[in-house]
Amino acid sequence: MSKFKKKKKGLPAISTASLPDIVFMLLFFFMVSTTMRETDLLIKKPALPVASEVKKLEHKSLVSTIYVGKSKDGKISGDKIQVNDKIIDVKDVPNFIFAERALRKEEEVKFMTTSIKADKEANVGTILDIKEQLRDINALKVSFSTSKGNDISGNF
Amino acid sequence: MARRENGEINAGSMADIAFLLLIFFLVTTTMDVDSGISRKLPEKSQEKPQDVIVKQKNVLDIVVNRNNLILVEGTDFVDVKDIKKIAMDFIDNGGGIGAPKDGKPGEPCDYCQGAKDPNSSDHPSKAIISLQSARGTTYGMYVSIQNEVEKAYNELRSELAKKLYGTTYSQLLKDYKDNPSESLKAKIDNLKGKYPQIISEPEPLK
Repeated sequence: MSKFKKKKKGLPAISTASLPDIVFMLLFFFMVSTTMRETDLLIKKPALPVASEVKKLEHKSLVSTIYVGKSKDGKISGDKIQVNDKIIDVKDVPNFIFAERALRKEEEVKFMTTSIKADKEANVGTILDIKEQLRDINALKVSFSTSKGNDISGNF
Repeated sequence: MARRENGEINAGSMADIAFLLLIFFLVTTTMDVDSGISRKLPEKSQEKPQDVIVKQKNVLDIVVNRNNLILVEGTDFVDVKDIKKIAMDFIDNGGGIGAPKDGKPGEPCDYCQGAKDPNSSDHPSKAIISLQSARGTTYGMYVSIQNEVEKAYNELRSELAKKLYGTTYSQLLKDYKDNPSESLKAKIDNLKGKYPQIISEPEPLK
C-alpha cells in the first residue's frame, strides 16, 4: 500500500505541448490521403505516350476520364475501355458522359473536358470510335493525356 | 530492485516527428497533374454538310498505316521527326492569296517566311493538314504526329510573335495565364488568326 501511494505522488503532469503537433500530423495525413484516392484500374495501367506540346488540364472537377488499355488478363486481347470502376463498351461512352453531366451544374457542362488516358500500344481505331461517340453527344472538348517530355521516340 | 524515476516526457522531439512524417507524405505522393494535347472535335450537324472544294495543293496529306509508316502527300515515306519541318514549310509557304475575311478579298501572306512555291499552300488561312490513320495504328504514333503538327503551329506563331512583339508565343500564353489582360488576349488572338490550326481527320483506313 505504501508503495502505491508513493507512486501516485510522483505522477508527472502530461505535457500538452505536443498536442498541436499531433493534430497537425493528423491533419496533414488526412489532407494527403484524401487526394490520393483514384479509381482502381481494372485494366493494365496505361503507359501514356510522351508529348512536348502539352497543356495542363484546368478545373479538375470538370474533367471526366476514360481509360483505354489492355486487360489485366493476358489471355484477353484487344483494348478495353474503363470509366469509373467498370469496364464498358464503346457504345456506353455516351451514357457515362451523360451521367457525368448530371453531376455538374448546368452552366458548367459546356466547359467539361473528356480526358482520354490511353496506352501507347492501344489501337487508334478504339480511340477514333470513342471520339465518334463523343461527337455524337456534343462532348467536343477532348484531351489526349500524355506525359511531358521531349523524346518522343519511345512512343512507337 | 531500483525504482525508476518518473521523469517528464520529453516533448521537444514531437515537432520533429511531425515534420518527418509531413515530409515523407509530401515526397511520396505524386500529385497527379493531368496534362495532354487538347483538341476540339468538329461538331456534328443535323443536315448533310456541304462539300467544300479545296485545291489539292492546299492540303497536306499525312497517312499512317497500321505498321506505323508515315506517307506524306502520297509519295514520300518520312520519319515522325520530319513532320514538323514539312508541316512548317507547307503552312508558311504563302504562294498565293489568303481566304477572304470579313467580306474583304483575300490578301497575299505578308508575314510568311516560306518559299512561295506555287505548288504548295496559298496562305496559312487556307492550309489544311489532313491526318488519316489506320485503325491498327498505335496510339503512341498517333499522338506523336498530333504533337509534331501542334509543334509546327506553335513554332510558326512563336516566330511571328518574336517579330511583332519581341517575345515567344508560349511566353505570351504564360503571361496571359498569370494576369489576363485585354492587350495580351488581342496579341494571342492575332497570332492564332495569322496561323489558324486547320486539321482534318478523315475516316480511318480499314
